[in-house]
Amino acid sequence: MTVRVEHIVKRFGSSSEVAAVADVSFAAEPKAITTLLGPSGSGKSTLLRLIAGLETPDAGRVFIDGQDVTTLSPQHRNVGFVFQSYALFRHMSVAENIAFGMKIRRLPKSQVAERVAELLGLVQLPDYGARFPSQLSGGQRQRVALARALAIEPKLLLLDEPFGALDTQVRLELREWLHSLHERTGITTLLVTHDQEEALELSQHVVLLNHGRVAQAGSPHELYDHPADEFVASFLGGANVLKSRVSDGEAKVGSQSVPAPSGARDGTPVQAFVRPHNIRVRLPNGDNPIDLGKIERLTRVGGYVKVYVSLPTGESVTVLMSKVEVDKLQVEPGDAVAVDVVDAKVFVQSYSI
Amino acid sequence: MSGLVTTRAPSAHRRETQVGESLLVRVLLIGVALLFLAIFLVAPIATVFGSAFSKGVGPYWAALVADETLDAIKLTLLTAGISVPLNVVFGVAAAWLISKYDFWGKSVLITVVDLPFSVSPVISGLIFVLLFGAHGWFGPWLSEHDIKIIFAVPGIVMATTFVTFPLVARELIAVMQAQGNDEEEAALTLGASGFAILWRITLPKVRWGLIYGVILCNARAMGEFGAVSVVSGHVRGLTNTLPLQVEILYNEYNFVGAFAVASLLSALALVTLCVKKVAEWSVSNRQAKREASQRALSVPVRPATSLEGVSP
Repeated sequence: MTVRVEHIVKRFGSSSEVAAVADVSFAAEPKAITTLLGPSGSGKSTLLRLIAGLETPDAGRVFIDGQDVTTLSPQHRNVGFVFQSYALFRHMSVAENIAFGMKIRRLPKSQVAERVAELLGLVQLPDYGARFPSQLSGGQRQRVALARALAIEPKLLLLDEPFGALDTQVRLELREWLHSLHERTGITTLLVTHDQEEALELSQHVVLLNHGRVAQAGSPHELYDHPADEFVASFLGGANVLKSRVSDGEAKVGSQSVPAPSGARDGTPVQAFVRPHNIRVRLPNGDNPIDLGKIERLTRVGGYVKVYVSLPTGESVTVLMSKVEVDKLQVEPGDAVAVDVVDAKVFVQSYSI
Repeated sequence: MSGLVTTRAPSAHRRETQVGESLLVRVLLIGVALLFLAIFLVAPIATVFGSAFSKGVGPYWAALVADETLDAIKLTLLTAGISVPLNVVFGVAAAWLISKYDFWGKSVLITVVDLPFSVSPVISGLIFVLLFGAHGWFGPWLSEHDIKIIFAVPGIVMATTFVTFPLVARELIAVMQAQGNDEEEAALTLGASGFAILWRITLPKVRWGLIYGVILCNARAMGEFGAVSVVSGHVRGLTNTLPLQVEILYNEYNFVGAFAVASLLSALALVTLCVKKVAEWSVSNRQAKREASQRALSVPVRPATSLEGVSP
């Protein structure tokens, strides 16, 4: 029960220069949730549609369960697909929607009815069989869509931004629910999302895409702590970008010296990515006034405070601190503060940006 | 003829807007609109029925059951009975192709579908005369094989089909494009074949659009005059459809007969409008009902979506 794509390429229309998916290879872990993460236009949904067979690749191969399905039509791939728009059959009741795939497979009526009831229970809508999709809320519709996809006992479950159209509260609930559903069914799942939080929470394996290519693949932890390039560092978790130069194999970032990337000669311009929680603000204590920053703004978000500080270099950074810390400092916009960089990740500046 | 495609009632819950016109302006505008309607729509229809019954019910009925009129009715029904199903098949196929696929020449096809609307019906008729008439491209071959198309029933059917060709297709293209492709793709991943998708998903989805298109197509097929007039040859009792019969009777100063037959066509138009209204009403009513029940649901929905109690 695994899925693998090799060197897959997909171009749309006649604009042959820009490929929606450009030479992507990856393998999903069996029985786990693998996330295809990326900004819009990164090709993640196209990749999912290629795996389902809803698009035909221009090059490359798709394997499901070791079998080459590249030329197999979507009807025969036995893959469950859930759309962001739910795509429920609007003229059918919830029960008919769920039964559709089984009816196509000509399963006996009693078996279909039994399985529909079972799935309605699984998605926690046991009394909703007779309703029509338009009578359901968004979260309920998406659960029906999931039940419909699971009804055909797919080898693989593909979720295309399944919670994208829902409001935050429902999205969080469904995320939890999907997690427990997956623990119970253990079905190999590919989840497409642009929401990094969703990716980090739900999956053990993340494939981060950018401009139709794999930027980095690995565990959420690996991607977050050891980003392969600037894109990964800035996309995941958000980061402050500071400019610096290499000297003696090190780059000075604020008060901190960080090892420079290997092979970077002295004087090479570099970019340092600093996570908002890896910067500390403190009251000046004998620091040279030239090195001090100035607080521009404080925004309180629940138990955390976002502190916007302008640095003496002219750059500005966002610092994430707990409410307790900030209250202790008793600072206000306009105050001069010392800024300590706790940790930073340095990349040689790319000229493409 | 305009607004065929987009008149689906969006007015389920229209709100009063404050346009801020003074009473005088409003009265003036409404008055002009009503006057216009009275002169150009109500008066003609009233005249048709008035003249038809001007000598009482007896002559009216006699005019309707005259042999030639009955033949015209039969021919009209036959023509509509052939051309409407043909256009349904063509319309579904063209709409399916245009809304589901991207291919080279798609915009050309869309334009061609509309061609019969942009060409004068008389020209439409002439096209068939030029193709199949005695001196037309296929004329010699047809007369060799003793096949009559022009001045015969096949020509009338062909001309009618040509003229009514866009009605179903245009209606369905608009509905299908608005509804998108997601449900078809979902059915595809669930294992449905192309035919199963058409039959179980697409056609039920667009059924009101289809009914609406068929109604309009039928009305036009029965009422077409120009194109049919050119290819018919006006052979009494053989190639006269209802509209042609009206003209003949009128030219013979048989006003009661002409208006009696015309009243049939007017009645058909009125019935068409009623069916169309009912179709629209049932769509919007159903939508309103569902929206209402959804609103009612949206408050107590929480317990059902509560995700507690899921044991891993």
